[in-house]
Amino acid sequence: MSLIGKGILKGMGVTAKNFFQSYYRKERLPTVEYPEEKATINQFSRNFPFLLYDGDDPVDGMRCTACTLCERACPPQCIYIIKDKDENGKAILSPRIFDIDTSVCMSCQLCVEVCPYEAIRMDSAFELSNENRFEGLLLNREELLKPNAYYHEIHPLEARETDDRMAAKAALAEAKKKARQKRARLAAKNKPPPGLKKTPPTRKKPPQREKSE
Amino acid sequence: MSPVQTMPPRSYHIGKDDLGADILEVAMGPHHPSTHGVFRMDLKLDGETVVDLKPVFGYLHRNHEKIAEDITYPMSMPFTDRLDYLCGMTNNWAYALSAEKLIEIKVPERAEYIRVIVAELTRLVNHCLLIGFFVNDLGALGTPLLYALREREKILDLFEVLSGARMMVNYIRFGGVRCDPPDGWLKECQRIVDAFPAFLDEYETLLTENEIIIARAQNVGVVTREEAINFSLTGPMLRASGVNYDIRKVDRYGIYDRFDFKVPIGGHGDCYDRFMVRMLEMRQSVKILKQAIRDLPEGEIMGKAPKIFRPAPGEAYGRIEAPKGELGFYLISDGTPIPYRFKVRPPSFVNLTALRHMCLGHKVADAVIILGSIDIVLGEVDR
Repeated sequence: MSLIGKGILKGMGVTAKNFFQSYYRKERLPTVEYPEEKATINQFSRNFPFLLYDGDDPVDGMRCTACTLCERACPPQCIYIIKDKDENGKAILSPRIFDIDTSVCMSCQLCVEVCPYEAIRMDSAFELSNENRFEGLLLNREELLKPNAYYHEIHPLEARETDDRMAAKAALAEAKKKARQKRARLAAKNKPPPGLKKTPPTRKKPPQREKSE
Repeated sequence: MSPVQTMPPRSYHIGKDDLGADILEVAMGPHHPSTHGVFRMDLKLDGETVVDLKPVFGYLHRNHEKIAEDITYPMSMPFTDRLDYLCGMTNNWAYALSAEKLIEIKVPERAEYIRVIVAELTRLVNHCLLIGFFVNDLGALGTPLLYALREREKILDLFEVLSGARMMVNYIRFGGVRCDPPDGWLKECQRIVDAFPAFLDEYETLLTENEIIIARAQNVGVVTREEAINFSLTGPMLRASGVNYDIRKVDRYGIYDRFDFKVPIGGHGDCYDRFMVRMLEMRQSVKILKQAIRDLPEGEIMGKAPKIFRPAPGEAYGRIEAPKGELGFYLISDGTPIPYRFKVRPPSFVNLTALRHMCLGHKVADAVIILGSIDIVLGEVDR
């Protein structure tokens, strides 16, 4: 039978070691006193989504085209989009209303993953307390729109990748456009004589999907 | 092994005791600090002895399964984080595994390794927390718990860099993982894994020989081998009772057949065994992590998953060894992008069924540590 209380004394030794080392070893006391001192947020952290715009004017430079892919992919259904219309009632490719209810949002990032225009991204701001729990947490389009520079500030690595991807996409589109113009010019040059009308290509019917019983 | 026998009923005198005093009924919880969430135990006490116990739960019911039957398959992934909110990664993996069985997606090598790394890190997180709270329930208020939380914090920081969030990770996707670890992540992971055994040694010096813990936890809440099988316990609970059953070894899902590790098994099935099995399991996790980080290959992280996930009619059950036990997702597809049936087999809910049996005849203070040793998370029990 060993000495009763030996285990307890050993444990006290560990506690004492931790206590004294916490004064001079950072890994023994990794906490910070929050409101006075703030820990740095790492650039990969995510919180709530925001919308990106290019250029100076938030509304003109808006990347969002109101395709509603994010609205449909959102698991708790916290995104609400209404498409914009011009004075003739024709739809414009931009949202008139784009609301995100941050009291419902669960920061899952699925909206970011489905967006084909790199228009929606995750913010990492965290001090979002508000006096009004209904309207205060429901962010509208103007509150959500943030410039690309802000994105570079909070997620530098991801923003650079996004910019590279967008530049590659734009270059590809430009090349395609040039090729189309070239083809159009060529076609105009050796235009068939009038009277010999080209038949418009018939539209292919989409293949019918088999219905499961 | 002898054939499984039914448990003999434990009978206790209910009504009046020898001195004519009444049996006291106590509702312990739902707002009780030791019930680990909103959980209630309706106790019948004879003095301080528990003569009957009824677990009451459902306070955190969030309709997880029914919501999942209303949305498409990939949209359920972030909801699975909220089941066992301490181990988001393993929940993600279990769901992805069953969905991959449903549509037969091949997962690339690198993604499999990353999954193993994050799952074993999650096991460290969970067991750290469990042991901290177990000692907290025993009365060592604060200090050992905070040492455990301090280690857990380092791993959560790793998760934040990898996935963007500390707990609600939403990292694993059907056919792979969401993104590649950024530069320097593996190095940091290696550093934390290498430093972890030192923490375990310190923690064992602090606790495992402590006479108070031994006196309080040994021979308390005993579940024998046969009873453990009858209650269909899984995970560390089952292994503490002496049954060698680990789904990582039995099923060999993912790439667990490539790693060299042992399954710790207890001998008595009491609270102390459950505590020690988890301590030893952490050492084995560190062993797996070292091998996985060493062997991590280069390559793709996403397999060829279809853009619109529309499985053929059929069913699939994917299960993994989550830190708490067998976590399974049962999916039935009717050919639409929305599951027809979505069933979760949560380990802590099934392990909770043994609570009454374990507590009968013990004191109230023991009921608290027995509940602590089961390792329940109410997000998973109530779903």
